[in-house]
Amino acid sequence: MRVALFATCLGDTLFPDAVKATALLLSRLGQEVVFPPEQTCCGQMHVNTGYQREALPLVDNHAACFADESIDAVIVPSGSCAGSIRHQHHIVAERFGTPALRDQVERSRAKTYELAEFLVDVLGVVDVGATFPHRVTYHPTCHSLRMLRVGDKPLQLLRAVREIDLVELPEADQCCGFGGTFALKNADTSTAMLSDKLRNVAGTEAEFCTAGDSSCLMHIGGGLSRLQTGIGTLHLAEILASTEHAISPKQGALA
Amino acid sequence: MSGTFLGMPAAPPRGSGNLRGAESFPAAARTELANTQMRRNVGKATRTIRDKRVQVTGELPDWEQLRSAGAAIKRDVLSRLPELLEQFEQAVIARGGQVHWARDAAEANAIVTRLVKDTGADEALKVKSMATQEIGLNEHLATEGITAIETDLAELIVQLGEDRPSHILVPAIHRNRSEIREIFLRSMPGVDPDLDDDPTHLADAARRFLRERFVRARVAISGANFGVAETGTLSVVESEGNGRMCLTMPQTLITVMGLEKLIPTYADLEVFLQLLPRSSTGERMNPYTSMWTGVAPHDGPSEFHLVLLDNGRTATLADEVGREALHCIRCSACLNVCPVYERTGGHAYGSTYPGPIGAVLTPQLAGMDTGGSDPNSSLPYASSLCGACFDACPVKIDIPSLLVELRHQHVEEAHFSAEQLMMKAASAAMSTSGRWTAAQRAAQLGRLLGRGGRIRTLPPPGNAWTSARDLPVPPKQTFRQWWDSSEGRAAIDDAHREGGRR
Repeated sequence: MRVALFATCLGDTLFPDAVKATALLLSRLGQEVVFPPEQTCCGQMHVNTGYQREALPLVDNHAACFADESIDAVIVPSGSCAGSIRHQHHIVAERFGTPALRDQVERSRAKTYELAEFLVDVLGVVDVGATFPHRVTYHPTCHSLRMLRVGDKPLQLLRAVREIDLVELPEADQCCGFGGTFALKNADTSTAMLSDKLRNVAGTEAEFCTAGDSSCLMHIGGGLSRLQTGIGTLHLAEILASTEHAISPKQGALA
Repeated sequence: MSGTFLGMPAAPPRGSGNLRGAESFPAAARTELANTQMRRNVGKATRTIRDKRVQVTGELPDWEQLRSAGAAIKRDVLSRLPELLEQFEQAVIARGGQVHWARDAAEANAIVTRLVKDTGADEALKVKSMATQEIGLNEHLATEGITAIETDLAELIVQLGEDRPSHILVPAIHRNRSEIREIFLRSMPGVDPDLDDDPTHLADAARRFLRERFVRARVAISGANFGVAETGTLSVVESEGNGRMCLTMPQTLITVMGLEKLIPTYADLEVFLQLLPRSSTGERMNPYTSMWTGVAPHDGPSEFHLVLLDNGRTATLADEVGREALHCIRCSACLNVCPVYERTGGHAYGSTYPGPIGAVLTPQLAGMDTGGSDPNSSLPYASSLCGACFDACPVKIDIPSLLVELRHQHVEEAHFSAEQLMMKAASAAMSTSGRWTAAQRAAQLGRLLGRGGRIRTLPPPGNAWTSARDLPVPPKQTFRQWWDSSEGRAAIDDAHREGGRR
């Protein structure tokens, strides 16, 4: 398949290792990976903060990049951005866009997949041939869980990884308190939610906390770093891209 | 436009009463978060209820179909509310009841006060009712010399403690039993001074106090969980039986019901009487379900008045996207699963309706833009949009989408702000890849702020982040720079080859 990678604004700028891992993994699985260079951001931050009018140019740019018929699927290493594309772009397009944009948005959202979804549902792979000799706990990010309904697909993928010591995260389905601008607008509440998540992560005695969304990992990782727990965060793609020849994480963002 | 122009329909009135706090959600939340006792009480109670709910909803094979049926019935009601309300009114009158329409809190309070005064009583029993809490009825009755006595145990605790409810179903959820003992000793007339904090003893004390009042009461005021348009039947669902005492013993019964509590037919109760108890208390069935239709000779109250309350509901109905919030059956499942509610408690929301549904319903009923600093305008942002509320809702209200819609409405009406400026700037920077890569280069200057790969302090508004979390410094190379580099191309080629060998 010819698959287009949507790096997301955060992935492109702050967490390129997660996007690299996604590209390498998909290539290793025989996919032809392309990176439409005009891409920027899906506009989720604008939509979720109430700025739908300001999200329009971003939705427009995104749809123009990915609606192209030569692309079979769009892969996003982020549950929340995939969720925004699938469940929010059409709201913006219907409210402020042209009929042409609405059509483009429809075509782009229909072939957009979060990484784990694409691997399990579309490619039908659970064992991606990864090796990762570390103790890991998994946080199933709200938007992957409830907006995209990825279910336990990420866990199926992780369970098939060789030499991994996968430990269950208590209260895993509780929000980490990030919520985009929520973390700034309601900083105290966000911090209260984060501290419970950190306690649960630390209790697993894992070396790494992983998830399918760099934004949640930025939040959890930021807290783990501040508390100097020594526990790192790592995107799911980085674990799945690790092989016995190349164990990928040099640091796991902040440790 | 001249004052005599009559062609323009009037905008439906916004609600008044207890639908607005004194301060914004973040400010109120800060105070509540510091109350560790409250956080422990609420956390423990919500965890217990939500575990029970998951268990009892899971045992019904048709739970999802029931939720869909509940949503469909509510959608039908809202799409033909005027005709159903007329049918309902006629049915109530035909069976000997009297119907009163109240546009807002002031009208409803005036109607109820007049009805109580007509009976000559200066005391009125109350069955737990969100609508009368919403309009501030007790406080209004007090100014008219009438004492309202709450009969629901939790409501009584709140009333005696001169407190405010903090949960739709468990109004005293923020109190533990030793706090309740202190409240009873302080404020319950005739209480045993040796009362301990054993729950049975506490319930006994409340029972003795209430029994005296049940026997002498001449008038009771109730809310309604459901009103059936077809038959004029009203229904109250409760756990303690005190409601049943109120509904049957006094001569006069006054029910205050929000317009949206209507359902079309008696048979529709089948759906909601399954959805409500399982979602709210995690029980298969609630202990007491009372239904009454008008009046009957020698059986129950001889006079029945129904006050139909708008108080912003028509205004909410007029909002094409937001009207879904009127599906709410006040079960509180969304509160019990909400991580924000769990930590801040109900008082932080400032309204009769706390939690996720309150964060949409309150600004819809009462508006959110009186002069730019309305506390209600902070409510749609009091959520991380985690979506747990949508999953739990028995009538499938998509609360996260409604929150996003209200945020949009707020921004569209908002006055000039620094946030607006930043969002517009970010939109411009991200609208083309040329500008975006320039912005990325600027962001890489953030490397200067970092030590050891992390940034520990940022200037405002970023300090809200760095107060409790570090931020990684931007790496030297963006993903797209790597992708375009020879190193990136070689790595991709290697990955392809490696895949081919497998």
